[in-house]
Amino acid sequence: MPYIPHTAEDVRAMLDRIGVDAIDSLFDEIPPALRVEELAGVPAALTEMEVSRLAAGRADQDGRRLNFIGAGAYEHHIPAPVWALATRGEIYSAYTPYQAEASQGTLQMMYEFQSMIAGLTAMDVSNASLYDGASALAEACLMAVRAHRRSKSARILMPTTVNPVWRRVAGVITEGQELALDTVPYDPARGVIDAAALERFQGQDITAIVIQQPNYFGQLEDAEALTRFARANGALVIAAVNPVSLALLTPPGEWGEGGADIACGDAQPFGVPLSSGGPYVGFMACRMEHVRQMPGRIAGRTVDGDGKNGYTLTLQAREQHIRRGKATSNICTNQGLLMTAATIHLALLGPVGLERVASLCAARTRELVASLTALPGVRAAFTGPRFHEAVLRFERPVAPLLEALAEEGIVGGHDLSRDYPELGHGLLVCATETRTPADIELYARTLARLT
Amino acid sequence: MSDIPDDLRYTKSHEWVRTLPDGTIEIGITDHAQQSLGDLVFVEVPEAGRVLAAGDGCAVVESVKAASDVYSPLGGEVIAGNAQLASQPELINQDPYGQGWILRMKPSGRAADVPLDAAGYAAEIATGS
Amino acid sequence: MKKTEPLIFELSQAGRGATAQYPAPAESGIPESFRRRRRPPLPEVSELQAVRHYTRLSQLNFGIDTHFYPLGSCTMKYNPRVCNSLAMLPGFLGRHPLAPDATGQGMLGCLFELQEMLRHVTGMAGVSLTPMAGAQGEFAGVAMIRAYHRARGDTARNEIIVPDAAHGTNPATATMCGMKVREIASLPDGDVDLDALDAVLSPATAGIMLTNPSTLGVFERRIVKIAKKVHAAGGLLYYDGANLNAILGKVRPGDMGFDVIHMNLHKTFSTPHGGGGPGSGAVGVGKRLLPYRPVPVVGQDGDHYRWLDERDLPESIGRLSGFMGNTGVLLRAWAYMRILGAAGMRRVAEYSTLNANYLLARLTEAGFDAAYPGRRASHEFIVTLKRMARETGVTAMDFAKRLLDHGYHAPTTYFPLLVPECLLIEPTETETREELDGFVDALAAIRREAASDAATVKTAPHTMPVRRLDDVRAARQLDVAWKPASA
Repeated sequence: MPYIPHTAEDVRAMLDRIGVDAIDSLFDEIPPALRVEELAGVPAALTEMEVSRLAAGRADQDGRRLNFIGAGAYEHHIPAPVWALATRGEIYSAYTPYQAEASQGTLQMMYEFQSMIAGLTAMDVSNASLYDGASALAEACLMAVRAHRRSKSARILMPTTVNPVWRRVAGVITEGQELALDTVPYDPARGVIDAAALERFQGQDITAIVIQQPNYFGQLEDAEALTRFARANGALVIAAVNPVSLALLTPPGEWGEGGADIACGDAQPFGVPLSSGGPYVGFMACRMEHVRQMPGRIAGRTVDGDGKNGYTLTLQAREQHIRRGKATSNICTNQGLLMTAATIHLALLGPVGLERVASLCAARTRELVASLTALPGVRAAFTGPRFHEAVLRFERPVAPLLEALAEEGIVGGHDLSRDYPELGHGLLVCATETRTPADIELYARTLARLT
Repeated sequence: MSDIPDDLRYTKSHEWVRTLPDGTIEIGITDHAQQSLGDLVFVEVPEAGRVLAAGDGCAVVESVKAASDVYSPLGGEVIAGNAQLASQPELINQDPYGQGWILRMKPSGRAADVPLDAAGYAAEIATGS
Repeated sequence: MKKTEPLIFELSQAGRGATAQYPAPAESGIPESFRRRRRPPLPEVSELQAVRHYTRLSQLNFGIDTHFYPLGSCTMKYNPRVCNSLAMLPGFLGRHPLAPDATGQGMLGCLFELQEMLRHVTGMAGVSLTPMAGAQGEFAGVAMIRAYHRARGDTARNEIIVPDAAHGTNPATATMCGMKVREIASLPDGDVDLDALDAVLSPATAGIMLTNPSTLGVFERRIVKIAKKVHAAGGLLYYDGANLNAILGKVRPGDMGFDVIHMNLHKTFSTPHGGGGPGSGAVGVGKRLLPYRPVPVVGQDGDHYRWLDERDLPESIGRLSGFMGNTGVLLRAWAYMRILGAAGMRRVAEYSTLNANYLLARLTEAGFDAAYPGRRASHEFIVTLKRMARETGVTAMDFAKRLLDHGYHAPTTYFPLLVPECLLIEPTETETREELDGFVDALAAIRREAASDAATVKTAPHTMPVRRLDDVRAARQLDVAWKPASA
């Protein structure tokens, strides 16, 4: 019996103690008509060896391709210690640190993660992670409405330069709260929020403005000016940021006058593998004045009965297990394991290593754009500074091209024709520090051959 | 035993009301309420100018393990919230009927309409617990 | 246990680093006006220092791998190591979520099988794996109920009925979905009060959220009657899968009359809790809700698998995550279910119930009070220490802390809120009889100690890295991030 330790003697002795004759008698409160005797549709058991062989075959089938997609999930080198440590049983098999004295490891790692995110974003406080970047942005919108009492509109400006899937997720998660998520178009030349279009909202009751930096196209928004506009119009600023870029870019806490109010994003680039989409690790940080409106777990440092430093969950009265229907969110968990991986990864990189990673990402993307746009029929969609992604425009549909590239072992980018049909045949590409000049050359050569 | 001053009116949801000489009223939570909540760590008070109906949530008090809404015993307009509670929520634990007041309001009804007097409230918490 | 460990920031020395992890320097080309002025305050430590630090931190934790962890409602069973190894195979780990489906047939095949297995064990018509945790599964469930009523033009239905014993997420989720929460009472024997149910059912009823067995650790015996009443009133039934472990393979929520269910894969299907996440909250739905499932869902065309999205399910409530949900967690659940097989699923319910009833019997013999005497335990049960607290002043919290000194993680305390001074105990099927006996002995010893030396119990724990922490100070003097001295 896999993972069940009972001997026949155990079962007999335990049933005796309970005072019944068979295990089935323990289910006697369940109406007999409801009971099922056999589970159709579930295959018979496999041994560990058999399931390992099956899984290995399937993983091999998926293989390993040269990846040039970002679009919210980024391939970075993951230092070997990260998962060697994160899968230690004391971390992997622990639960939410409700018994603080027996969970100081988890709690201190939460505190360290919060400190790292607060430091990277230059915000006052961070929570101990949310599900992913998309849901973190949705939660940030809900939080902004709670935090901005004077604004009555519950209206959030959601520029089209924000990740379109994140926008959709924000729409789904906030639907029951009757928020208005209004779009702001982008400047077709530079691929950033259209300042003139934004001006039209001047003087209106806007609860918050979302600024993604770098934006979905990889372009750098003028976060300074946008934040000043928000301040002048009494709107909060929600920053959606790529955490690797923060090694180089002005952090949200220092944008404009006084900085952003809420910063969120996905910390997947820190130690979390691509893994077909998850589990990743959303983060959220804010100014101290909004901390009680922030969802998600928070660890705090305090002292024990002897005056010794220790860590505990704090501000729990915001959460569903106490506030029930009035909680800041229905969220019960954080992404503990992934948060741990991110913390260890950041500890290993430090400020210098992270800056090197970020710089090399930007440099490699520059090389990638140069190589691909040197080909006939390929050009960059936008001008202006960017980080580690770029939009290319092709003369022909990119979908068949991507399929052909995949056949050659190259995952060539993300097709934008559905989300941005006005770009024509747009392709979003990304190169991180893991793409070498040889990888880039191979991509360019293969593409040249296929077009 | 909890303290229940004779000169105040009370609600079943553990708020007290004091009528001030100028006809405005002061609202807080009872000694019994602060004892059952434990050490308070946060109090959210209403802004001046807010108009409340009787029974509206007007403040939130939080301890480490519980959060509780404070309901306005009467309708009216908020004159002031107790700003000191922002940095010193413990005032409610230390002095629930004095420095721990939560808000002052210009009531639209009379304090005498608040259902319980001291004896009534004492009987209420005796049966409740 | 080990002593405490300094913060990683306190180990930092400027100029030090895990330099094997640094890539070559490069010119970023980012214009000066966009650049941050100061480097972020991250620690600078050697690789060994980091490894030692996080190893030491891990040693300050209790986990299932190190300690019996009878945390009620959390199903802290053994997380088979192989499930992790397989989910972390390079072919699975390295794939970008937006890579063409053709490059992920192995992964999609596993997920399709998982969908099918979950569909069959719950008796539902379809499954979506995308919700990233139980709470998101709940959200998806209530959002689907809302979408169903709306699509029928039945727009007045804005109330969700929740029993008072329910987990706090149920009302929080309903509120998040714009619903009004109607709480109903439980009877003294733990079952739902049908009169109270009748009183709240109305043309405004959108649905009811139930856990069965309930959070009180007992099976709701009149579930079929409840389903009939709710359906007759035009509402739908939502099954909170928190306690699915108790009935896996024995009873199916679909057969009880539920229209939608979320499953906590991190409980019933043994994916890791990871110190508080990731979860995974797959949802199963009956026929009526099939069109509203959150996307993406794995579809099969002949021998090819692909993600079905908004184009395939135009009435879907939409997307809940940036990509496909917690795929890596799903692979772990797939491996677990394949190893257990159909017979193994049933054994989960059988042996977790055996262990719970055995513990309950032994604790009752030892003088503890069951909260619902005369009822069968499901996979968990509640002991109330109310009498003891009155006699000795020792509370459930004190018991929980003293258990840590005995080398056992505490059961869930103070939940459900209905039962005073309660311990909600869930042993799971993967524990041996000896472990359960040791736990009974520890609880009995603490009970004796509470009578003879209450002070020792009330000041426990005494052997952990820290003593009881000052939670009030933590909340009043908020210190939630380390800041460099210069800042």
